[in-house]
Amino acid sequence: MGKSSTWFPQQCEERGLSRRDFMRFCSAMASALALPAAFAPRIAEALEKAKKPILVWLEFQDCCGNTESFLRASRPSASDIVLDVLSVDYQETIMAAAGRQAEEALKATVRDHKGAYLAVVEGSIPTGEGGAYCCIGGRSALEIAREVCGGAAATIAMGTCATFGGLPAAAPNPTGALGVGDAVPGVKNLINLSACPANAENLTALIVHYLTFKAWPALDSYRRPLFAYGKAIHDNCERRAHFDAGQYVEAFGDEGHRRGYCLYKMGCKGPVTHQNCPTVRWNEGTNWPIGCGHPCIGCAEPDFWDKMSPFYRHLPGAPGFGVMSSVDTVGLAGTAVVGAAFAAHGLVSLARGRRKPGAGESAPPPGPVKGSQP
Amino acid sequence: MTRVVVDPITRIEGHLRIEAEVDGGAVRDAWSSATMFRGVELILKGRDPRDAWAITQRICGVCTTVHAIASIRAVENAVGAVPPPNARLLRNIVIAAQCVQDHVIHFYHLHALDWVDVVSALSASPAKTSALAESISDWPLSSTKYFAGMLARLKAFVERGQLGPFANAYWGHPAYRLPPEANLLAVAHYLEALDWQREFIKIHATLGGKNPHLQSFLVGGMATPVDPDSQAAINAGSIAAINAHIAKGKEFVSKVYIPDVLAVAPFYKDWAALGGGVGNFLAYGEYPEADGAKAPLFLPGGVIRNRDLSKVEPFDPSKVSEHVKHSWYEYAGGDDSALHPTKGETRPKYTGPKPPYERLDTAAKYSWLKSPRYDGLPMEVGPLARMLVAYGSGHPRVKELVGAVLGRLGVGPAALFSTLGRIAARAIETQVLVEKMGDWVAALAANMGQGDHRIHDGSRWDPSTWPAEAVGAGFHEAPRGALGHWVQIRSGAIENYQCIVPSTWNAGPRDAKGQRGPYEEALVGTPMADPSKPLEILRTIHSFDPCIACGVHVVDAGRREIVRVRAL
Repeated sequence: MGKSSTWFPQQCEERGLSRRDFMRFCSAMASALALPAAFAPRIAEALEKAKKPILVWLEFQDCCGNTESFLRASRPSASDIVLDVLSVDYQETIMAAAGRQAEEALKATVRDHKGAYLAVVEGSIPTGEGGAYCCIGGRSALEIAREVCGGAAATIAMGTCATFGGLPAAAPNPTGALGVGDAVPGVKNLINLSACPANAENLTALIVHYLTFKAWPALDSYRRPLFAYGKAIHDNCERRAHFDAGQYVEAFGDEGHRRGYCLYKMGCKGPVTHQNCPTVRWNEGTNWPIGCGHPCIGCAEPDFWDKMSPFYRHLPGAPGFGVMSSVDTVGLAGTAVVGAAFAAHGLVSLARGRRKPGAGESAPPPGPVKGSQP
Repeated sequence: MTRVVVDPITRIEGHLRIEAEVDGGAVRDAWSSATMFRGVELILKGRDPRDAWAITQRICGVCTTVHAIASIRAVENAVGAVPPPNARLLRNIVIAAQCVQDHVIHFYHLHALDWVDVVSALSASPAKTSALAESISDWPLSSTKYFAGMLARLKAFVERGQLGPFANAYWGHPAYRLPPEANLLAVAHYLEALDWQREFIKIHATLGGKNPHLQSFLVGGMATPVDPDSQAAINAGSIAAINAHIAKGKEFVSKVYIPDVLAVAPFYKDWAALGGGVGNFLAYGEYPEADGAKAPLFLPGGVIRNRDLSKVEPFDPSKVSEHVKHSWYEYAGGDDSALHPTKGETRPKYTGPKPPYERLDTAAKYSWLKSPRYDGLPMEVGPLARMLVAYGSGHPRVKELVGAVLGRLGVGPAALFSTLGRIAARAIETQVLVEKMGDWVAALAANMGQGDHRIHDGSRWDPSTWPAEAVGAGFHEAPRGALGHWVQIRSGAIENYQCIVPSTWNAGPRDAKGQRGPYEEALVGTPMADPSKPLEILRTIHSFDPCIACGVHVVDAGRREIVRVRAL
């Protein structure tokens, strides 16, 4: 097959997928990106013409949860991405080569495609003990990140560890762990996909956005795509009506819990957490944490292991009321009161979801990436 | 002697480095080193014990249920919470789903490329591949047309010149022995398994909200409501969805995974005599079939010494100890001592080379893993340990399947103590579990039908109901083996937390007596056709299914008091 041929749709046909299926996929992508349906043909055109962009995926102080999340991707699937959509030149969990041969693959990409490849980082970067808390091939994570992210057209920090430091950076941060933006200040076109793990649907939507528009999406002040992090979970929650009606779960397994009442009193952090879990859900829309009866733990927000815990203590009630007795009042009065309550408890940063940009967040807003399409 | 360094070991979870001395075409000695460290236990200190499952869960995103399960069991043991029957059944389904999906991913995506030559598959005949497929299974995706399409896809991929994760590998290595058709068949199943795992694990999304990192665990039960009359709870529709996934899982395991193992193994029979390792095996056992502490387990626990299958000893927690002689930690009483987890100390002391480095000083300390020992002996844990303990204990289905596999391959039980034995044991366990899962779903449905909606023991939820000081232990069989968590609670907060993890047992360095860990011992004698292409090392290391993030989690940072927990 020629390099400029219509490979992606043709692949679909070879696997028994019709042109209609392919267009349906493009429409789904348009919808995931919060674009009008009219954009679907443009997405199709981009996928048909694209030569595979190169991606390298680095794992540092990680649990591999974001790699596993990537393997759950469906639109496109992990096998589509690996075989057809991208050239995944380095990914330790799936790559065939090991040791020297693996290092050489990474080295070759960084050398031969400088400024043109995409980097994904999973896991935080430790700065303590001269970097000895995380070494690969005898080199520290920090050294590798500086080199690889420094030469990338863009870097996607996948998951809360790579984004904000995550669990390793939770108090007392024993290893001096940092997210990419703080560990490698000024990295070009940094895009943060927070959450623990990041949802595969948001990674694929980001990749398709890039392939379609040759540009990166609009970001919030944490450099997270607005299409995925632009709204609080509470704003889209399927249980919101129960919050507004003052109907709360009082104990796990009680009647309210079985009926899907609001989990606010059980500690839900949905009101102060920004992510599209309620709409995109997880595992191809099968379910999501609140949908299975457990409160949100706020995993997409900075320092959530410290600021959102204890996880089963509910967010502060309205000032002037007893904590538990105020919850019904809050429910009836709506979120304005909740916002005031957060402010009263010094939780403005949580309620508004904003903090001062770190060193790595001072990079200029991303624009179109030049030279990434050979 | 040639010093071979393999770092990174890929197709595993985490950061692992193997150094080996190679002479005369074989490995003479080996050292296993974990090169990443986070300090999760220190982060746990002072926190609400009910949050510990979520924190320890993040030790590993591959084994995404295992630390959560061990943690809630440890805290329940400490505070006296007893999960109701529905929670026990929900957990059994979740644990088994994890094990089944994880084992399939391991075989196809982490291990297969050590045995399957992707480049050789390019010269396969689709018709012959179809004949081979139909000779080993009645799996429907087996036509000539199907394999012709697969071959075309593979060729198109290669012709584009961007080989991605398949670049720079060991294709054409003399240790690859499968005919092109078997290679093409395996490539097809690699891709099918990639899609299958995504579907099967929706059981976790249904019961846990999402995967990875399910979010329905609770100290005292599960957060997943059950109620046939609610649309916001597990109802008949959810039960049907889970059963459908199990049925498809059973079909894939029995028609693809098991036949593939049986088809590939005869080409690599010499690996039934390689990679044997330490020959001691430990399992805690799993899948409680009743409620309470003394419940019978579907898969039994026990200890086997020196490959003696005729004698399975009961596990005695007091015989566990940890060494740090070759680990980047120090003990107050000297690094030659071995400490029981109830008296454990975890003070990191990095004495290795400053990165970047070429070589570790393997005569001194060389790993972030400690060396756990049982009665002073290194122990292998994992599917092989579980299947051997079950076999030696007379588990009927395990005995039947082990016998059938050995018979098909024409080998005796001694072949189990090997690299190939680990692969076979993992496949057998997958079959046993995927057959069993439906029973737990049926039991859950029966309870729901009788109006039992209980999912949580709330009587010990409020920390004010706990004693001022409490200690507990939680044991679990993770896909990769025996996992233990120990917790000490004071005034409602975590005072100390200790985990001893499967990959610490398997991947740990030498102990104070100089005894090699299981990985190290298993590598001794491994043939190496070309020391610059360490394919054979990968085969044996991957047969253990390393999970290094799990193994390295302890920290003290030099200012913690001695960990004192009681092993139960």
